Amino acid sequence: MAMLTLENIAVAYDQQYILKDFNLSVEKGSLISLLGPSGCGKTTTLRLIAGFLEAKDGRFTLNGKDYTRVPVNKRNFGFVFQSYALFPHLSVYDNVAFGLRLRKVSKADIDRRVRKMLEVANLTGFEQRFPKELSGGQRQRVAIARALVIEPDLLLFDEPLSNLDANLRVNMRVEIRRIQQELGITTVYVSHDQEECFSISDQVAIMNKGIIEQLDAPSTIFKYPKTEFVARFIGFNNFISFDNRQENGREIQLQAGGHSFLAIQGEGRGAQKGLKGAVRPDDLKLGTSDEIDLGANVVTGRVKVSTFLGRSYQYVVNTELGEFTVNKEMEQPYVSGQEVRVLFPVEKLILVE
Amino acid sequence: MKEKNRGLGLFTLLIYLFLLGPLVIIAIASFEPGGALKFPPTGFSLKWYQNIFEVSMFKTSFITSILVSLAGNLLALLLGLPAAYALSRFQFKGKNALNAIFISPILIPGIVLGFTMLKYVIITYNLPVYTALLLGHTVIMLPFIIRVIASSLANFDFAVEEASLSLGAGRLKTFFTVVLPNIKSGIIAAVLIAFLESFNNVDISVFMTGPGISTFPIQMLLYVENNFDPTIAAISVLLMLFTAVLMFLIERLMGLSYFTKR
Repeated sequence: MAMLTLENIAVAYDQQYILKDFNLSVEKGSLISLLGPSGCGKTTTLRLIAGFLEAKDGRFTLNGKDYTRVPVNKRNFGFVFQSYALFPHLSVYDNVAFGLRLRKVSKADIDRRVRKMLEVANLTGFEQRFPKELSGGQRQRVAIARALVIEPDLLLFDEPLSNLDANLRVNMRVEIRRIQQELGITTVYVSHDQEECFSISDQVAIMNKGIIEQLDAPSTIFKYPKTEFVARFIGFNNFISFDNRQENGREIQLQAGGHSFLAIQGEGRGAQKGLKGAVRPDDLKLGTSDEIDLGANVVTGRVKVSTFLGRSYQYVVNTELGEFTVNKEMEQPYVSGQEVRVLFPVEKLILVE
Repeated sequence: MKEKNRGLGLFTLLIYLFLLGPLVIIAIASFEPGGALKFPPTGFSLKWYQNIFEVSMFKTSFITSILVSLAGNLLALLLGLPAAYALSRFQFKGKNALNAIFISPILIPGIVLGFTMLKYVIITYNLPVYTALLLGHTVIMLPFIIRVIASSLANFDFAVEEASLSLGAGRLKTFFTVVLPNIKSGIIAAVLIAFLESFNNVDISVFMTGPGISTFPIQMLLYVENNFDPTIAAISVLLMLFTAVLMFLIERLMGLSYFTKR
């Protein structure tokens, strides 16, 4: 059952639409990430859900209740900011207790809940510290504890880890996932870090120019992007434009500049629509004329650039159908200008729109 | 390296000498027993200090100055705090123009401002002297209040306010429980700077004072126009002490470092 729904939402600054006819639905208890380049509207979407921005048009409901016009301080959502946004003049304890005091919870209850939450966030012993006396990771945990202690109906994260160093970031995202699953709170998470979103989420929405290009489980997006934008965003940087396509059961026959290609419809890969083929550099096969026979899904070309990547070599191969980037593990690298053949494995050739 | 440090030390010494020298000379000269200001003094006497308290206009004008500065400060704070908040937090039409208007009392020469207020406000509406003084000093203080508080607000992360809103506090509650405690030092600095600015003001006050009512600096000015005795030096020493005590109190209350640290 969808719990959070955005229907035909529009947001505009000075007549300039950031979001238009925007739709999204999130299952109860799941964590959804909004991922995309800066300016794609992910933060706007999050701030709209939080209530910091007002929709010009459309409807936002949560558990069947219409929140479109509810002011931010009446929403009971937890928001975790990129800059942590702790209250500098309050101790850790008072920061976490802030929301409960506003809710007129009894003193004893506040104490019990704050201490419990500090324990969950691994902050016991830091009650009397002030934000400026804490490390970045500790501050972020206080911010999360502060957002969670009010038992929010929805938890929102705005790039919560981008101010932390790399090691801490990995630990914190595991932590966030653990707490979120333990408490079963529906969560919307915004980031521009792909790995972060993919590792933490039940669902990822890839956004571009104010629309969702694809909303799927992380592994589905990773394997089967639906649009060229998504494919490029997650590292498919080889594309072929086909002239026509013909479906024959599970098989899809394609033509490009006199070469014939084959792709398949299959379990989990959704509808393979579109006339553009996408393949990752790791998934292309590269070989000499002895190793790869001419036939479907094979193009001949010459090595243009060769780069040593450590474990493998990366080649840019110039062919009749354009340039392709291929990674290959090998002892003796190909030299520039050498004739090679590029094979597009049927399983790995993904059609995108 | 050592050579360089010695040069720097000498330079610092000269600067201090330049800044503090006149104050020291005035302080020493205030003990002159004779009827005219002299340095070095010909003897030691406290009679000019006694004289300050014998000239009744000094006492009344001092009280006037303090009252006008305090009341004007309060008024300027009540106007300036919301204005500074609005200017630093919200985007609206005419914001730049409004900003310029609030700052303009600093840019316009005091004489021009004072004369204009006298001619077009005080005379037109026939305002009593105290009201005129209060009005004038509020105008003098407003730009300082707004500027200092606005810069304090600019250093305060807006997300902290949003955090308060998202936790359930309304806008007003957020302002009083989250914004105010965090810009406290800015407000105190603003009030002090405005107070000094108002207390020392001559050029605008001179148009607002009337028969029998004047502010302290104007009274000092009137006095030196007619008298050459060291009373004025004695007053200067007392004013310096007054400021020093004020600074000492602030230091004891919250530490002067409060103004410099972020």
